[in-house]
Amino acid sequence: MTADAAIGPGETVAELADLKVWFPVPGGAPVRAVDGVSLRVRRGETLGLVGESGSGKSTTGLALLRLVDPTAGVVRVDGQDVTRWSRRRLRGLRRRVAMVFQDPQASLDPRRTIGASVAEPLVVHRLADTAAARRRRVAELLEMVGLRADLADRHPHELSGGQRQRVGIARALAGEPDLIVLDEPIASLDLSVQAQIMNLLRGLQRDLGLTYLFIAHDLAAVEHLSDRVAVMYLGRIVETGTPEQLYGEPAHPYTAALLSAIPVADPRVERHRRRIILSGDVPSPADPPSGCRFRTRCPQARPDCAEVDPALVEVAAGQRAACRYAGEAVRAMRAPTAGEGPGR
Amino acid sequence: MSGHPDGTPRRALSALRHDPPAVAGTVVLLLLLVVGVAGRWLAPAGVNDVDVDGMLRPPSPDHPFGTDELGRDVLSRVLVAARVSLEVGLVSVGIALLVGVTVGLLAGWYRGWVDNVLMRGMDVLFAFPVLLLAVAIVAVLGPGLLTAMVAIGVVYTPIFARVTRAGVLSVREQVFVRAAVSIGASDARIVRRHVLPNIAAPLIVQTSLSLAFAILSEAALSFLGLGIQPPDPAWGRMLYDGRGFVTEAWWLGVFPGAAIFLTVLAFNLVGDALRDVLDPRQLTVGEARRSRA
Repeated sequence: MTADAAIGPGETVAELADLKVWFPVPGGAPVRAVDGVSLRVRRGETLGLVGESGSGKSTTGLALLRLVDPTAGVVRVDGQDVTRWSRRRLRGLRRRVAMVFQDPQASLDPRRTIGASVAEPLVVHRLADTAAARRRRVAELLEMVGLRADLADRHPHELSGGQRQRVGIARALAGEPDLIVLDEPIASLDLSVQAQIMNLLRGLQRDLGLTYLFIAHDLAAVEHLSDRVAVMYLGRIVETGTPEQLYGEPAHPYTAALLSAIPVADPRVERHRRRIILSGDVPSPADPPSGCRFRTRCPQARPDCAEVDPALVEVAAGQRAACRYAGEAVRAMRAPTAGEGPGR
Repeated sequence: MSGHPDGTPRRALSALRHDPPAVAGTVVLLLLLVVGVAGRWLAPAGVNDVDVDGMLRPPSPDHPFGTDELGRDVLSRVLVAARVSLEVGLVSVGIALLVGVTVGLLAGWYRGWVDNVLMRGMDVLFAFPVLLLAVAIVAVLGPGLLTAMVAIGVVYTPIFARVTRAGVLSVREQVFVRAAVSIGASDARIVRRHVLPNIAAPLIVQTSLSLAFAILSEAALSFLGLGIQPPDPAWGRMLYDGRGFVTEAWWLGVFPGAAIFLTVLAFNLVGDALRDVLDPRQLTVGEARRSRA
């Protein structure tokens, strides 16, 4: 796959080129968690990265921070190739790319106060000269994420899930990073809290001009925040485009299936709309299917899908899909008279 | 729960105050400390004042703990020996803690060949029976107080290494450690600020238990003639020396034995309470115990 240089101008903050992350399995084939992913995050945008469990989306995010070591490919941050940087050298990079983790409870050290956790980037990168300056900055950061400054003396267990995730976001903001990787930041929160966190993230982006790589397992979560969306399946990106393109005219059958999994709020529509039900489990990433990786679950798979591994090709301006029958297959799946496939 | 807005250590102390066993343990340890430092001046008689006319006298106002087979005042000897027991306990466990925790941290954090080399070395030490290893070390270094301390320290090092390594292995997989790496914290910082505090609880328990066992080990070594050299008093030595007179002079064994018992118990009580209190999710020992029940 090639880097998607075709889509519009804009300064690149971070970039993955043909990235592969394979995890060795003792006495077996390696698990190809990420198997040839290229993506580019531009300053000020939100790139949504969507896929189900095991699609490699989180590993892709971790690779961007070099928290996992790439097997092949290139990781570039601010134009610098950081693929082979040593752990020591990477420490400087860590200020520029921050991460918010899925489970805010697990990502905060239970023995440290909220203030100490938020202040850690300031200490590590020497961003505050005195304890007083650090305290002021922590208070400022906590207020930025909508928390009272006096929570700094509390421990994580004294906070609610939503408050803890706000702390995680405050910590990510502390070093004024160029890019924040949000790894399913709302997935473990209550529904009502999810909306608050999404609003917070949106507000922070507007006020501070932040750049996000937003990782999520469903399209609904990224729809309203993302400028562009990339859909991952089994270690590959299968489709990219704007949310409008992906929601309106998905070109890849997998995207169409993901979309049809989102419930519609209107019961009349919901009752009669056709849902695409994928059969079977995701194949093992240690032994992906030949040709197109999605063909074993694709309602529109043709015999030659097993032969050729489809590349990402442009199907509309700024929209690209890795399917030989892009568009056509989706139309067939959505047609009310279509008899083939397991769709109802 | 009443909120304590201040930091963990102060909160831990205030929580300890409300736990009777911990208070009792702390009082005993403080008394022990006073006796250890000032034992020689507190003792009513010299430790080696022999009185051939007053051998094996039962407890009396003159000799509250009685006299031994040489007519020496048992109370004085018990008081003075406190210092030896404390020294041996603290120094040997200090050695074991320092070396064991360092080894365990390195092994658990870096894994791979570092882990293999260090832990196989620890396994070799661990394979010997405690006393046999201690005796062997003393045999090589020569008998005496200092070598007894080193020997006991070496003997207890593998336990600390194992407890530490096990803790590091589980903590290093936690998301908050990954978060610290993602922030750019150095290995040293992560180990110091995130790993160590999160494995402190089992280490504190191990320390309190080991202090108790170290004092017992010293007693055994002294009995074998490899620790404290007579005529200097040591609880273990007195206990074992008194064994020949259990039927006619119970006080020879009971008082040094009680001293060992109280010391070991006090270390355990304080260690237990500390473990409960050092968990920031709990505010008092009572609450911790209730919630665990």
